[in-house]
Amino acid sequence: MAKRGIPDPQPALSKIEGPVSALDELETPILTLSQLAWRRFRRHKMAVAGVIILILLVAYCIGGAFIFSESYANHTDTSLRLQPPAAEHPFGTDTTGRDILARTIYGGQISLLIGLTAMILEITVGVLIGAVTGFFGGWLDNILMRFTEAVLIVPQIFLLLVMAKFFGGNVPNIVFLGREFSGSVIVIVFIIGLTAWPYTARIVRAQFLSIKENEFILAARATGTSTWGIIFRHILPNSIAPIVVAATLGVANAITLEAYISFLGLGVRPPTATWGNMLEGAYNYIDQGVYWLWLFPGLLILFIVLSINFVGDGLRDALDPRSRAV
Amino acid sequence: MTKILEVNDLMTRFHTTEGMVYAVNGISFHLDEGETLAVVGESGCGKSVTMMSILRLLPMPPAQIAGGTAIYLGQDLLKIPDHEMEHNIRGKEIAMIFQDPMTSLNPVLTIGKQITESLRTHMFMDQAAAERRAVELLEMVGLSDARQRLKAYPHQFSGGMRQRVMIAMALACNPSILIADEPTTALDVTIQAQIVELVIRLREQIHMAIIWITHNLGVVAGLADRVNVMYAGYIVEEANVEDIYEDPSHPYTNALLAALPRVDRRRDRRLKSIAGAPPSLLVEPHGCPFAPRCEYVVERCGMETPRLTPVGRDHAIACWVDIKTGAQR
Repeated sequence: MAKRGIPDPQPALSKIEGPVSALDELETPILTLSQLAWRRFRRHKMAVAGVIILILLVAYCIGGAFIFSESYANHTDTSLRLQPPAAEHPFGTDTTGRDILARTIYGGQISLLIGLTAMILEITVGVLIGAVTGFFGGWLDNILMRFTEAVLIVPQIFLLLVMAKFFGGNVPNIVFLGREFSGSVIVIVFIIGLTAWPYTARIVRAQFLSIKENEFILAARATGTSTWGIIFRHILPNSIAPIVVAATLGVANAITLEAYISFLGLGVRPPTATWGNMLEGAYNYIDQGVYWLWLFPGLLILFIVLSINFVGDGLRDALDPRSRAV
Repeated sequence: MTKILEVNDLMTRFHTTEGMVYAVNGISFHLDEGETLAVVGESGCGKSVTMMSILRLLPMPPAQIAGGTAIYLGQDLLKIPDHEMEHNIRGKEIAMIFQDPMTSLNPVLTIGKQITESLRTHMFMDQAAAERRAVELLEMVGLSDARQRLKAYPHQFSGGMRQRVMIAMALACNPSILIADEPTTALDVTIQAQIVELVIRLREQIHMAIIWITHNLGVVAGLADRVNVMYAGYIVEEANVEDIYEDPSHPYTNALLAALPRVDRRRDRRLKSIAGAPPSLLVEPHGCPFAPRCEYVVERCGMETPRLTPVGRDHAIACWVDIKTGAQR
């Protein structure tokens, strides 16, 4: 661009510089759909703030692991129980004398892990069921959608608690990525993933129902594209926007649900920390001024859920093909 | 001339909530190698449904092919298994292009991806070879800068360019039959002419047979070898293109041509319209479908459905009356 105060000598020329493409009918520069979405996303201030907070939280959970070891986070010393925040323990210590700062770091890793894997499970099941019902219709649609409705009718929390109680009995510890943690993490992922998919399935089904009627689907069939090619290469990419939004919100939802069941003592078993199970037992001390037990994990849950929801909102606007804002 | 496609007594119905729709009622026609057959008729007369039945592109249910055969190179397209239809026929042997180029391309896939898809599935090409072929195809249909355009999305193209892309996609695997379902209807007149010209050039280049569905009789005159005139799910007249214009023998064809504006007639003359409306396809056909609107109607028309009968060389009509003499057949 021209320097301040000096007018650009040849403004018209600067426009046609660069590789002069002979795509002469194009008046606007070629932007891919993702570039367009990114431009819209940037305009959404809350969403950008959400992304920044999210990055900071992830950095906190991953970076913190280089400062504190996991054995330190799980180290109990009852002589140091319920220490208020101080230089030695910046977030204080819990009921068995463990350092809360270190536990929020390792707990965050587990909470994020649960959020992401439960979301992947939820999206996979939801997309498959939604795609099959929406595309094929008929009796298959009838059976699967009645099943979906049956899952939706049962309150999710209730279902979660029953399943957690039922499956969470004696699960052996597992080793994953060089870390050993309670097998209840896997149980929680599965029960969240397997109760949350109906929403995704309904969104995907609605998308498939409308997109499959498009002429380009007929055109694709006329060129000999197979049924699965139609489903995965033609319809699914067209319905990716609501799926991405559902996936984002699914992460936040899974984190909240994990916190909920862990808080009730049916979730992830100590010593493996999660932000949810750190809250467990805090209510016994809530009237004794031991605020640090619930404040830090509570704030972290609040921040992560809020920021993910903002990002989801931003994505919803950015990916909406009907949104004309560029 | 060898027949490349022979359709016999094809019947297609739709089961809807309002009742059975009799869309195609036992039509028979053939297509010779390398020729261009135009199928004309007003909206809803079963032109597209016929072609989509042959390619089995109709959703079933509600559609149902109630009878008939469609023999392509010795095999009945209506009976072969689905996967064979996908792998060996659609897009490979018989390709189809559609009316509205604005909605016929997938908006989220690049042009290149959409063209190479059929090359990869039918011709088993790798990505590089498929892309080379795609560039070749885009150049063949008259798009410049083909290589860059592979990365473009449909929304960056104009209607005429998109129809060219659709044609390139259809021709990708050198099909022996191209079915064009009103490919110029959604385009403006100058672009229409360009597309017709392009198809004529390509037809000579790759020697394929074309079925051109249209209701534009002007386009037919410049393009087709033979013409099928359809009305309410029947073929009512079948003739060489010259005979259709010079010697129309079915009352419907006659009326259709009279309704056409012509430069060699006086301009102050009003165009003749056909009184009445096409019959409801919800009623089981009975007698000649055109009888209620026909000026030559006789008693027999309401009782018996006329079958296509030859009246000259390569010329057949389905009518009980000879419109030149008024005599009954």
